[in-house]
Order: sequence, then C-alpha cells, then structure tokens
Amino acid sequence: MTSITIRVQRGPFDFGAECTQFADGRQDTGAVVTFCGIVREHEGATLEMMEIEHYPGMTERALDKIARDAAARWSLTEVLILHRYGPLTPGERIMMVATASAHRAEAFAAADFLMDYLKSRAPFWKKETTRVGSDWVAAKDSDEAALSRW
Amino acid sequence: MKLDILYFAWLRERIGLPRETVETEATTVNALVEELRAREERYALAFSDLAAVRVAIDQELRDFDASLAGAREIAFFPPMTGG
Repeated sequence: MTSITIRVQRGPFDFGAECTQFADGRQDTGAVVTFCGIVREHEGATLEMMEIEHYPGMTERALDKIARDAAARWSLTEVLILHRYGPLTPGERIMMVATASAHRAEAFAAADFLMDYLKSRAPFWKKETTRVGSDWVAAKDSDEAALSRW
Repeated sequence: MKLDILYFAWLRERIGLPRETVETEATTVNALVEELRAREERYALAFSDLAAVRVAIDQELRDFDASLAGAREIAFFPPMTGG
C-alpha cells in the first residue's frame, strides 16, 4: 500500500525539510527521488511575475489520481505531490514531487511519470507578466506527446 | 436542469466571470456550448475554437460529446499547464 500525500497551497514550502521528512525512517525504502520545479526567468530577464490559477477540488482529485496511477504501475512506498498556486516570482519554487521505492529504477520512473501527467492532466494554468504585458502560457504539443511514452 | 458552470484562465477573462448557474435543457456538452454561444458575443468568442478548450464534468475531464445526465458542475478551461 503506497502512502500518498497531495498538497496544494498558496504559500512557499521548505524543499529541504520536505526532502528530509519524506519516507524518513522507513526500512522498506531503499531509494528516494525528488524533483522540484522553479519559476524560470525569460531570456533578457523580462519576467516579472507568474500567476498560477487552479481549480480547487478538481486539482486535488486529479493529483491524487495521477499518484494512484503511478502507484499501480510501480512498487512505491510513498508518493508526495506538492504544488503551489497564486503569484510567484522568478527563482521561486513552484512544485515538487517525491517518490520512494525499494529500488531506484522504480522511484526514477515514477517521478518522471508524475511530472509528465502533472503537466497536462492537472488543472493548473500559468499566466506570465512581463514588462510588455501579461499572457497565458500555452500548452505545448510536446507535453501531450510525452504522455504517449507511458 | 440547473448547472453550475465554471470558467478558468482566459475563458474566465473573456466571458468575464468565474462561475454562473444556468438553467438548461442541453443533454450533451456540445449542446450546452451551442446554447452559451448563442447568448452573447463574449461567449461566442470564448468558444470560437473548441480545439483550445477542455471540459470537466463534476471535476473529471470529459469529451465534448459527453452526456450531461446527472451532471451538476461543468468547467471549461484551456489546456492545462501545470508543473
């Protein structure tokens, strides 16, 4: 039985503390993989803010489903998905995933899978504000295509 | 039947509201979209290209030909950009 934790929050999170606490003390876990997404500056340093909108209720359900799908495919002891919403500035941490398993191959594969699905199946939308104005980030065809490898 | 309709991201901005309750006889999402398009220009504009719109029925992603039977909450939004 995989222990699944989903957190959707406005405020920042302590990436170091999350990593330390994740799967801490478990004796059935030999590998932990973590990924952290960060607001990246545009070339030319024009990004002033990124606003993340989400669909409260559906977001948690969608993330839980993605985590459960991963747990059904790989032998995982724990899964964590944490995603922020609201206004963020370049350099801020947006989200993280962590996977724990007996062996590293499953933890790596599951983390990769979580990220691919999170990109295009979790109801988040990004709006970027630069010096010249603001606009919604368009989904990439490559994000949708990435799902076909699973 | 009464349906709660939610709009997100640029659909919310184009239509000008985050949610509304509508009385409809539509039996599919497509029929509901047709009703909305016929209402006002801003709806017609927001729903002009359905390839750029996704729909969820009661918080589950569905297709536009999905039935509205038993549905309570319909959400329209652009392709998602999480991560």
